[in-house]
Amino acid sequence: MGQYYLSHLKELEAEAIFVIREVVSQFEKPALLFSGGKDSIVLAHLSKKAFYPSRIPFPLIHIDTGHNFPETIIFRDSLVGELGVKLVVGSVQESINEGRVREETGVNASRNALQTVTLLDTLEDLKIDAAMGGARRDEEKARAKERFFSHRDEFGQWDPKNQRPELWNLFNGKKHNGEHFRIFPISNWTEMDVWQYIQQENIALPSLYFSHQRECVVRDGVILAKSEFIKLKPNEEVQLMTVRYRTCGDMPITGAVESDADDLDKIIAEVATTRTTERGTRADDKRGETAMEDRKKSGYF
Amino acid sequence: MNIQETNQLLRFTTAGSVDDGKSTLIGRLLYDSKSIFEDQIEAVKTSSQMKGFDYVDLSLLTDGLKSEREQGITIDVAYRYFATPKRKFIIADTPGHIQYTRNMVTGASTANLAIILIDSRKGLLEQTFRHSFIASLLKIPHVIVCINKMDLVDYSEEVYDQIVKDYKAFASKMDIKDIQFVPISALNGDNVVDRSKNMVWYEGPTLLYLLEHVHIASDLNHIDCRFPVQMVIRPHTLEHQDFRGYAGRVEGGIFKPGDDVKVLPSGFTSRIKNIELNGEAIEEAFAPMSVTMTLEDEIDISRGDMIVRPNNVPHVGQDLDVMLCWMNQRPLRGRTKLILKHTTKDCQAMVKEILYKVNVNTLHREEGVEELALNEIGRVSIRAANPLFFDAYRRNRQTGSVILIDPNTNETLAAGMII
Repeated sequence: MGQYYLSHLKELEAEAIFVIREVVSQFEKPALLFSGGKDSIVLAHLSKKAFYPSRIPFPLIHIDTGHNFPETIIFRDSLVGELGVKLVVGSVQESINEGRVREETGVNASRNALQTVTLLDTLEDLKIDAAMGGARRDEEKARAKERFFSHRDEFGQWDPKNQRPELWNLFNGKKHNGEHFRIFPISNWTEMDVWQYIQQENIALPSLYFSHQRECVVRDGVILAKSEFIKLKPNEEVQLMTVRYRTCGDMPITGAVESDADDLDKIIAEVATTRTTERGTRADDKRGETAMEDRKKSGYF
Repeated sequence: MNIQETNQLLRFTTAGSVDDGKSTLIGRLLYDSKSIFEDQIEAVKTSSQMKGFDYVDLSLLTDGLKSEREQGITIDVAYRYFATPKRKFIIADTPGHIQYTRNMVTGASTANLAIILIDSRKGLLEQTFRHSFIASLLKIPHVIVCINKMDLVDYSEEVYDQIVKDYKAFASKMDIKDIQFVPISALNGDNVVDRSKNMVWYEGPTLLYLLEHVHIASDLNHIDCRFPVQMVIRPHTLEHQDFRGYAGRVEGGIFKPGDDVKVLPSGFTSRIKNIELNGEAIEEAFAPMSVTMTLEDEIDISRGDMIVRPNNVPHVGQDLDVMLCWMNQRPLRGRTKLILKHTTKDCQAMVKEILYKVNVNTLHREEGVEELALNEIGRVSIRAANPLFFDAYRRNRQTGSVILIDPNTNETLAAGMII
């Protein structure tokens, strides 16, 4: 008799696939929120595996802040073509043009908070009742208490004190009209699990994640890419640095790390020894101790 | 790097109250296994200073939500992650206050192991009984009792021995397969990750060694074949016109291509043609694998059906006796109609009668009760509108569990273990 147990990656994969299939079974109009980051790329890969040989039976939704890395958009379009899946793009620029939101001003202006409005508008337009995302519980302390099936009221709000208990693998996706769910199939994965899985499954990633040379500005200890979206302060200077990204958000708020890791082995070795969390490079989480919790309550991921 | 091929996942819960050092223990495990990052430590240091504390309060690491930090208590299950070269761990950090039994049950439902903390100065308390009862009720296969704060009793072997003796006497009344004891000081790190120099009389393993080596491969049922169908995969593409696969997660037993199977509720029999995932063939499928199965014959199968072996079928019926943990403010009364969820099946159900309630502190049964209130546990009889295919919870935690849902508010009201 063989050994009847799974490696931790196989077990996490089985759990995520179970959750994704549960979403398609329990909801009428699910969608996958696709940021172009590694976590949502892993989610797209898991979705492909869950339904093969069928195509992925839900669209990918990308909330385009207009401040994306160009590499992300190129990668997104090629992946969508490969999977044969429908892509819906929600544009923050359009929300601004329509007067639905107001752009922040100042040197640290970002569109990160604005995307919540565009996201909720897009979900409403498409009547999406289950939006899957690649958020993980190890990312941030407010996320440590997130459910796999996270209920949102008709305003898209999260009520952390009134969450449904989640027992065994019995997921309760029942809701009233107008309410929806956010669903996090890779809740239990850590950054290391994601990287090891990418290596095990040989999943392609945008070039941003690998070491490259880039013109950067160092602001408050965060290495930001020089781009048309970022205003330089008088004393700041642009320097050529060897960097890579650990997360893939908007250009003006996503910090790079100095790194020579140009392949998966080196990245995994780097992740294993790194001493800061990946969101430690995100300026959006540094806006106060409960920045993430406050954004989640108002309808952010 | 090929560690991922052999590393197992261990899920455990920690039960303890505000003062018994649970947060410190978790902080210690995370810190000593180098799973706390610098920016997390920085954030906690800053918060501790702002609050005027003299020391870095590690519980700030685990108490995530703003409302909790304001009250200084943990009010919900929080999940923590750490890994050693031997295993990857998921901690369901659950609060120990009496009003939060529901969270402990939630955390325990997916755990392989429970850590129960006892303050060496206080010995067994009411909450020790409560935590142990829940571990036994939820059939957590392994329990480690950590006798903490040994530094405050001069690392006394007598104190430790007495608590172990008391606990064993009490545990004999419960159904826990595997209980281990470790004397620790979470604050100083004795016997958590490193062996204690202060307790040379203790010859057993450290807590982390136990977590890394406890045998979990046989915690799942690999005997009774159970495959609840989650969905039917029909591609409707030119390339795979005739493909008809049954997607689901194996919840028991070992399935192989060529095996004879029986489908419930229809009773039709067939043979497994293929088991696959993403087009890759799988030779043996066992719990908790997610796979897609095809059969030799075209049979009408849909979500909620179950594929089993003809000579080993689960109970089929509409009447269940269930140990229920009630999780809602509005109490349960007899003759209440609800929605029942069991494996991949939902149906209407009625709680016919509350047979008795268990006092979770004394383990005494109280009969003749009218209702089950929030955080109370009792035995009820349930009638389901449709036949269910179930096993006793003690035999299979997945095919033996149910949740109850309010048909009006859609809230999850209760967790049930089928007797």
